Amino acid sequence: MDPAAAKFIGAGLAAIGMGAAAIGVGLIFGNFLSGALRNPTASDAQFGRAFIGAALAEGLGIFAFLVAILLLFVL
Amino acid sequence: MAEAMDPIHQFNIEPIVKLHLFGLDASFTNASLFMLVIVLAACALMLFGTSKRSIVPSRLQSAAEMAYEFVANTVRMSAGNEGMKFFPFVFSLFLFVLFANLIGLIPYTFTVTSQIIVTFAFAALVIGLVIAYGVIRHGAHFLGLFVPSGVSIWLLPFIVLIEVISFISRPISLSVRLFANMLAGHITLKVMGGFVAALLGAGAYAIIAPLPLAAIVALTAFELLVAVLQAYVFAILTCVYLNDAIHPGH
Repeated sequence: MDPAAAKFIGAGLAAIGMGAAAIGVGLIFGNFLSGALRNPTASDAQFGRAFIGAALAEGLGIFAFLVAILLLFVL
Repeated sequence: MAEAMDPIHQFNIEPIVKLHLFGLDASFTNASLFMLVIVLAACALMLFGTSKRSIVPSRLQSAAEMAYEFVANTVRMSAGNEGMKFFPFVFSLFLFVLFANLIGLIPYTFTVTSQIIVTFAFAALVIGLVIAYGVIRHGAHFLGLFVPSGVSIWLLPFIVLIEVISFISRPISLSVRLFANMLAGHITLKVMGGFVAALLGAGAYAIIAPLPLAAIVALTAFELLVAVLQAYVFAILTCVYLNDAIHPGH
């Protein structure tokens, strides 16, 4: 296979990882919201922690994007 | 024309004042210039914000006080009162990363934290500090970090191996998270900008050129959130890792 074509295919496959990260972030905030609707007074204290969890989950999606970028522009 | 619309071009490091020391390239580059701007901006915020100590604060004083309180509460909550001795370090780190991310959003600037070497230097500094403080303060007991309490003797080798790998992945994840977030954001913005320029130059298609422009506005708002969030996540993970050095063992 032509190496340039293989790089593009590889970049496309790597970008699928971002969908998994999106599911992860959605799970975190969905759980936060369902908990906040049951116990609204406790939700303000944990709001910051929800963002930390979301940033950590989103970080892994960004790593997948990074692999795609590395394939396209660096290698 | 294609080179100017290349999204990677914005990350090139251009020397401004060429300087060679002991065979190494120590030029003053655009990256150095923006790091200087960031340090001056952070100093200006804190110095001018706290110069008039009025009881009812002005906007700048309020901003400086809120930044101080925010980081102080974060350090105290994650690392306890003994962790407060690291407060100046965490505060400087937080302000530098925050200003680096924010200044990078201005058009035609250089984003310092979009260079892996910059973020890796910060992550290496944090993890180096964690290990050094842990070893100086607790000696060999620091290795108790890798041995959670209440684990059966048969599982111990595997658990310790997993804990060591997870510890080694901390500087990597800390640096790559910030770097990749900044890189991805700026590449996306540049690619969208390329779409606007390409549509405007394509004759009849210029009518839909405002669509990518609206996307850039929305993306810049999102990038603003990401800039602040990533600075906060970097600072709070620093506090969590320092807590591991101060109180090792689960």
